[in-house]
Amino acid sequence: MKIKTLFIANRGEIAVRIIRAAQELGIRTVQAYSAADKDSLAVRLADEAIDIGPAQAAKSYLNIPAVVAAATRSGADAVHPGYGFLAENADFADAVEKAGLIFVGPTGQAIRLMGDKVSARNAALAAGVPVVPGSEGRVDDLLTARDVVARLGFPVMIKAAAGGGGRGIRIVGDMEVFERLMPQARAEALAAFGDGGLFIEKLIERARHIEVQVLGDGHDVIHCFERDCSLQRRRQKVWEEAPSVALPARVREALCASAIALAKAVRYRGAGTLEYLYDDATQAFYFIEMNTRIQVEHPVTEMITGLDLVRLMIQIAGGERLSLRQDEIRVRGHSIQVRINAEDPANNFAPFPGKVETLMTPGGNGVRFDTMLFAGYQIPPFYDSLLGKLIVWDDTRDRALARLTRALRELEIGGCKTTKPLHLALAEDPEVRAATYDTRWLERRLDQNALRLT
Amino acid sequence: MAQTHILSPLPGTYYRQPAPDQPPYKNVGDPVTVGEVVGLIEVMKSFIEVKSEHGGKIVAFLIENEEPVMAGQPIIAIEG
Repeated sequence: MKIKTLFIANRGEIAVRIIRAAQELGIRTVQAYSAADKDSLAVRLADEAIDIGPAQAAKSYLNIPAVVAAATRSGADAVHPGYGFLAENADFADAVEKAGLIFVGPTGQAIRLMGDKVSARNAALAAGVPVVPGSEGRVDDLLTARDVVARLGFPVMIKAAAGGGGRGIRIVGDMEVFERLMPQARAEALAAFGDGGLFIEKLIERARHIEVQVLGDGHDVIHCFERDCSLQRRRQKVWEEAPSVALPARVREALCASAIALAKAVRYRGAGTLEYLYDDATQAFYFIEMNTRIQVEHPVTEMITGLDLVRLMIQIAGGERLSLRQDEIRVRGHSIQVRINAEDPANNFAPFPGKVETLMTPGGNGVRFDTMLFAGYQIPPFYDSLLGKLIVWDDTRDRALARLTRALRELEIGGCKTTKPLHLALAEDPEVRAATYDTRWLERRLDQNALRLT
Repeated sequence: MAQTHILSPLPGTYYRQPAPDQPPYKNVGDPVTVGEVVGLIEVMKSFIEVKSEHGGKIVAFLIENEEPVMAGQPIIAIEG
């Protein structure tokens, strides 16, 4: 193991998770902290802590020169970026390596390749991985556009080539509307972005979000099966499961094989996740993007496989080859994770940066609570609202749901509004129990006011 | 003339303008009316509008743009 001291360039529950994994490997830990995180649990648990700047993330956790300088000063030989902040910033990965330190993750080049939607889609196509059907590149005239939709079938999405973040997207259900909207979309894209180029993509309705966990060492790649993260609000995952009950065995095999093919094609190093849309009706899956980092929902994979993904990614970064063979990774039982956020579900999920007056954490068999909370903790308003992740495991999904309800009832975060009532309601919802949801299901349910949220 | 303050409704980061490429909501000397939006507070990646509870004329900004604020902290002084 080449790593003796690990610098943690992140905060919150994931910093705590990384410190624990490193300390178990006999590695000294140095925690980076902003002015708002001086009294955090990660700072308390780490062997050392270094101030990297003011509370605002742009001036601390997102400040590449400040983070690299602190890591160098600390005498660390490696940097773990966690998730969010600089975790998928290729320039940061390059800057860490240029400073002579190990970046716990893939190369800057791999981050760049998979971080760009167009190059990631091309890499997927080259590796034989299905992507959402669409036009091959830009469409600039109505004649070509007609050919494309004849091939794809309705409904389709018209997207501005120069757009982004959902801007300039139109959903079209038939040819008549399409003929009318195409020129309009073109004119609008030209006016808004100075570029009238359009993409046409098949709309996958009622899709699930299913993702495959992979581990690579730069030579070999193995998969650790899939997670179903379809319960989302505003494109943010709130509840994650492994395995997905929607996948027939043959589809699971093809899905995981496709993830391996793509990760191998880019000689992937570290922990990564390939995200797909899955259509229950046709049993088709479509690659959408790859996350080149550890993910918030990694614990459900750990619970069903018995692996420690954070330990493994540190070992890989330390120069070790993967010692696991694919046939040694087996799924046992079912795991569910719910995100406990500092948000008030009864008040349209308004942020609630309060003080934790008292804390009762759930325990018992098959229960894990990954958190940075302690009694007396003042939740800072400067970062995301994630307070902790309640993870349960049991031998069947029904038992895991019962265990989740039991564990949620034990959890008490005194003085704070959290998403606990949402998860209690979801755990008892017939459609969640039947796992018949898609990525828009939760928002529809919330719009109908069908959940008890207090 | 009596001076009053517009207070931050929440803890977070204070912004004087609606977006980085747009002009500030208000400058010193500008008039404000009750209920008018005078700034934003970023709290846990959400943006909450700061509305004036008083009418009058802005005499000073007490917090710099993009600086942290506490709930209830005075951010703008008004004469009215």
